[in-house]
Amino acid sequence: MKASTLKIGDKIFQSRLFTGTGKFSNNDLMEKAIEISESELVTVALKRVNLDDKNDDIIKHLKHSRINLLPNTSGVRTAKEAVFAAQLAREALDTNWVKLEIHPDPRYLLPDPIETLKAAEELVKLGFVVLPYVNADPVLCKRLEEVGVAAVMPLGAAIGSNKGLKTVDMLQIIIEESNVPVVIDAGIGAPSHAAYAMELGADAVLVNTAIAVAKDPVAMAYAFKMAVEAGRLAYEAKLAPIKNKAEASSPLTAFLQ
Amino acid sequence: MSDFYSILSQHSWDDIKESIYAKTLVDAKHALHKKEFRTLEDFKALISPAAESLLEEMAQVSRQLTLNRFGNTVQMYVPLYLSNECQNICTYCGFSLHNKIKRTTLTDAQIIKEAEVIKALGYDHVLLVTGEANKAVGVEYLQHSIRLLKPYFANISIEVQPLEQEEYELLIAEGLYAVLVYQETYHEEEYKTHHTKGRKSNYEYRIDTPERLGRAGIHKIGLGCLIGLEDWRTDSFYTAMHLDYLEKKYWQTRYSVSFPRLRPAEGILEPKSVMTDKQLVQLICAYRIFKEDIELSISTRENASFRNNIFRLGITSMSAGSKTNPGGYAVFPEKESLEQFEIDDKRSATEIAEMLKLNGYEAVWKDWDKSLMQPKFTSS
Repeated sequence: MKASTLKIGDKIFQSRLFTGTGKFSNNDLMEKAIEISESELVTVALKRVNLDDKNDDIIKHLKHSRINLLPNTSGVRTAKEAVFAAQLAREALDTNWVKLEIHPDPRYLLPDPIETLKAAEELVKLGFVVLPYVNADPVLCKRLEEVGVAAVMPLGAAIGSNKGLKTVDMLQIIIEESNVPVVIDAGIGAPSHAAYAMELGADAVLVNTAIAVAKDPVAMAYAFKMAVEAGRLAYEAKLAPIKNKAEASSPLTAFLQ
Repeated sequence: MSDFYSILSQHSWDDIKESIYAKTLVDAKHALHKKEFRTLEDFKALISPAAESLLEEMAQVSRQLTLNRFGNTVQMYVPLYLSNECQNICTYCGFSLHNKIKRTTLTDAQIIKEAEVIKALGYDHVLLVTGEANKAVGVEYLQHSIRLLKPYFANISIEVQPLEQEEYELLIAEGLYAVLVYQETYHEEEYKTHHTKGRKSNYEYRIDTPERLGRAGIHKIGLGCLIGLEDWRTDSFYTAMHLDYLEKKYWQTRYSVSFPRLRPAEGILEPKSVMTDKQLVQLICAYRIFKEDIELSISTRENASFRNNIFRLGITSMSAGSKTNPGGYAVFPEKESLEQFEIDDKRSATEIAEMLKLNGYEAVWKDWDKSLMQPKFTSS
């Protein structure tokens, strides 16, 4: 039994688990973890890649037919910097997909909504498939949708915090209102968080730190794969409603029978 | 008067010192285990003598926080000394004006020769170092050097004399990423006894330097004090206070802290305050616990066995195979007499990367890209 596939832009994904490439103790381990996760969309920081080097070690480890690269603009502080960086990434990595990350605050790496919206608009015009990393702000997500982004990536909690879905109420509004896929990014620290996100109806999740920093990243990648599949299947199977008490019948309307 | 200088003038060194030494084990335990963000008072408790008995617990917490934030990685950088000419008298420095050493400033050809050798070692992040000699090594020389080096390196930082805000803006536009400027000591009177001549003798101008950098929109500022000049706990507290102040005001800038301990060099003094290895570990862990995201850096001043262990406890960037004399990599590889201080861990970059790998850590050579930099505030 399999859950439905996911379409973003013109690509169809079997896996709803997106992964990252940072913080691993070496690139071989990263490759193994990503392989077992069955992830088909993998984000890579432009700043970590040698754009002039066709044999860059990170990229070399991601050369699988299944894997689509999602370059990210981590490090930029303004829309202008992001647009410039995305163009370089497109040229060097041969993809017009970009994970738009503009976080001028280096401490919590929280995304700047104003610069992100500006950059998204311009990148869409330049022909990019834009996936913006944003705070869990429903109105911002609608504004981004209007300028033509391919998906929105609201955060569950601060990047790398592993705290889970601290923004759950806003995420639910975003999921309810969105016409583009919603990928929950950042803060997912355990497979249970990922399963929960999927049960809520998120279209996908992006997980990096929780896999890379686990004692056994390969096993953890596999655990996330199963959790995401389970969560999505549960969502599609329609969860039974939560009730405070056991109820055997319909006490208020039984007389109508 | 700078804002931070006026804040400093409201604090007495002796009162702060006393309050650090008065912290109790209960204060330290509270600071270590609290769930909310940690305050400067918590930092005091973590560096206090009372916290020494909590070292293993501090190390455990520091390690976990570092792993979460930075993963299993250590960033690699290397210093490139451009000049040892200097008009300052600093009691602890090998480049000090009165030291009878041969002075040299690298020419274009020499800079490129050094860059090629450093690049071949694997480095992509370079730190340019000079003394303070405004004629030989002024802002034009620095601007020119950055232009020469930009094709070789993804990330260029400097550790040079303090400059004006406009001069920093000029260098940032050329591709300068970070500036390291250590206060040496925050004890104003003591500072004056160690910096008796030259522009560096101006304490207030130096303390105001990170402020000018913040206004110029620099990506990263490196802070620190020279451990050994004054009581290390009090000086480290002032550094933390400076850091905390800057983070809130220049919130788009990232910060790093280094912990240089006085090392033997030509004609320098003995440390006034000696810091043991255990105390250095305590300080590193205290910084990590205080500020989870701060970059903590360790140089080749420290010995191999210390460096083999310390990256697990909170350090996030390391230099290796460093030469502290101008031209040390390729131009004058034999002239150690020109060096600023003697290095202890003499292992090569490859050996350090191998050591990290054996410990399950990846040496990161590139974590920045020239393409990510545009002159400041250009988006609007």
